[in-house]
Amino acid sequence: MKPGRYGIYGGQYVPETLMSALIELEETYERVREDPEFSRRLSWYLREYAGRETPLTYCGNLSRDLGCCVYLKREDLLHGGAHKLNNTLGQALMAKFMGKRRLIAETGAGQHGVATAIAGAALGLPVEVYMGEVDTRRQALNVFRMELLGARVVPVASGTRTLKDAINAAMRDWVANLRDTHYLLGSCVGPHPFPRIVRDFQSVIGEEARRQILEREGRLPDTVVACVGGGSNAIGIFYPFVNDDVALVGVEAGGEGLDSGRHGASLSAGSVGVFQGALSYLLQDGDGQALETHSVAAGLDHPSVGPEHAMLKDSGRVRYEAVTDAEALHAFRLLSRTEGIIPALESAHAVAYALRAADDLDKDDILVVNLSGRGDKDVADVANLHGGVA
Amino acid sequence: MSRIEALFARKNPVFIGFTVAGDPGIEASLGVATTMIDAGADLLEIAIPYSDPVADGPVIERAHVRALRAGTTADDVFALVRRIREHAPATPLVLFTYYNIIHRRGADRFFAEAAASGADGVLIVDLPVEESDEVAPYAARYGVDRIALIAPTTSPERQHTILSGASGFVYLISLEGVTGERDRLPPGLAGLVGAVREKTCLPLAVGFGVSRPEHVRTVVAAGANGVIVGSALVRLIEEHSNDEAGMHEALATAITALRGALVPDPEPDMLRRERVDE
Repeated sequence: MKPGRYGIYGGQYVPETLMSALIELEETYERVREDPEFSRRLSWYLREYAGRETPLTYCGNLSRDLGCCVYLKREDLLHGGAHKLNNTLGQALMAKFMGKRRLIAETGAGQHGVATAIAGAALGLPVEVYMGEVDTRRQALNVFRMELLGARVVPVASGTRTLKDAINAAMRDWVANLRDTHYLLGSCVGPHPFPRIVRDFQSVIGEEARRQILEREGRLPDTVVACVGGGSNAIGIFYPFVNDDVALVGVEAGGEGLDSGRHGASLSAGSVGVFQGALSYLLQDGDGQALETHSVAAGLDHPSVGPEHAMLKDSGRVRYEAVTDAEALHAFRLLSRTEGIIPALESAHAVAYALRAADDLDKDDILVVNLSGRGDKDVADVANLHGGVA
Repeated sequence: MSRIEALFARKNPVFIGFTVAGDPGIEASLGVATTMIDAGADLLEIAIPYSDPVADGPVIERAHVRALRAGTTADDVFALVRRIREHAPATPLVLFTYYNIIHRRGADRFFAEAAASGADGVLIVDLPVEESDEVAPYAARYGVDRIALIAPTTSPERQHTILSGASGFVYLISLEGVTGERDRLPPGLAGLVGAVREKTCLPLAVGFGVSRPEHVRTVVAAGANGVIVGSALVRLIEEHSNDEAGMHEALATAITALRGALVPDPEPDMLRRERVDE
């Protein structure tokens, strides 16, 4: 297998100008992951600053209603309100070790932008966040949050003016400012070594969850569920379970249904293609042009997915399912009422799958759902969708 | 001898124009290409429009958007190349593309169609040498040159690896950044040209940021065999999108001025000799 490959997937499909930066990044990463000082500082930030470990919460009400045993991995309780900070703290610290003086990032829903702004503020690095113009309007609160944290938000008016165009804009900035800038990519996508770096920094979710469930139940769960856009929270919780006898289910954005063409389910309904630096599954037309996508959850509204997920799909180790906007909205309200936990609309897709799967589970079956973020950011949107009635 | 070899054997330095196929429309694009060739473009780079052109700046990205909105497909691009080839039998034509267009079609079919349409070379902007074994056999099978890219950030070792698989000419990226007009070219340009010159006999053409006659003079003085102008020409198409006659006139005027700067201080007899060569 070529380095930077997951089966046939992954690779480094980037302009030549970027190759030196990717090579430097890979070398630095190999160095810092062995460096006890790096590990010590990252552990400190994750524990004392971000609030790890996050709880694995047994949901008594939901378990009773569904007739199985449901646990939530509470990444919504991580500082910033989502799993994104695991990766941004890791990469920002790495950028410091590389001597970079500036961070850039892309953001869709705004969660990764906020997490980068937080990490930049904590570590004293200026941050610029590229965000599709459409998303700056959909997620105005997160724009203000990033600015409050000292970051500069750059609206991107090109292409579809959403997440994929924000990534394009960030890559263009990086090509022009390689020497002093680190591109803090927010998901397990893009050219090698990003998918691996992001997976490693996010694996803390699965390592904790695995230990916690063993302590609580004395055995591994039957199923682990996570939502998949780019796929970073999913790969983070799946990776430590990959060699266990545990069913792993990734839940994609089914939007208005896979037949409608308005969705973000690249693994369920896409084909193999190269996009933004990696070979993976992609929503594309017959010529290889990326298609417009749709999801009620901005963080899942993306035409491609991390290459490791592509491999896990082909091998059958992970099953990928799609959940519609309507199912996700139902789960959003249901979890809020039954457990007092408002999930991010992205995470609500994973909850929705759990609701669907519960019929086939026994009361002793253990289901772990990665609650990758909290839903405060989505409350206004959901209120608008329902005419202000919850 | 290939058309690219023949061109560089006949002329030095050469002027290379860039256009996005299907910009501003599929039919209009043929007119743009022929005007550019008739005005003095020695070689034409024809981009296949793509939804996510990450190596390009805003001017060329908008051209990709215009071409896609006009409905341009890869089939249309090959048909366009065929028609340009009929108009200009000797002018080398190079397809400039992002890799997924090739991947989606299959490299075998893509290079077969490129060769059949009359393209002389293919430049894949996001396929570094690490991944290039996916296309190399097909480029060779159909006799299409694979135009290599070297950036200011490319290490000497990588330069060697890249050049070992290159043919036609070498595209030197003048600066660290995306395509687009700049006030001035970076001071290290002559160093880059000199360093690559030591490693290859292939002609060297410089692009990215080259937009004015004084840039052309700088590139020629740096020792390059060709200059590539993209955004400055694409911008003229955008500015004259409602005035086709004005667009052709603006393109011809710009190319005449840029091309004129290839010769540092034109002596009348030199100009005459060049005209005879053409």
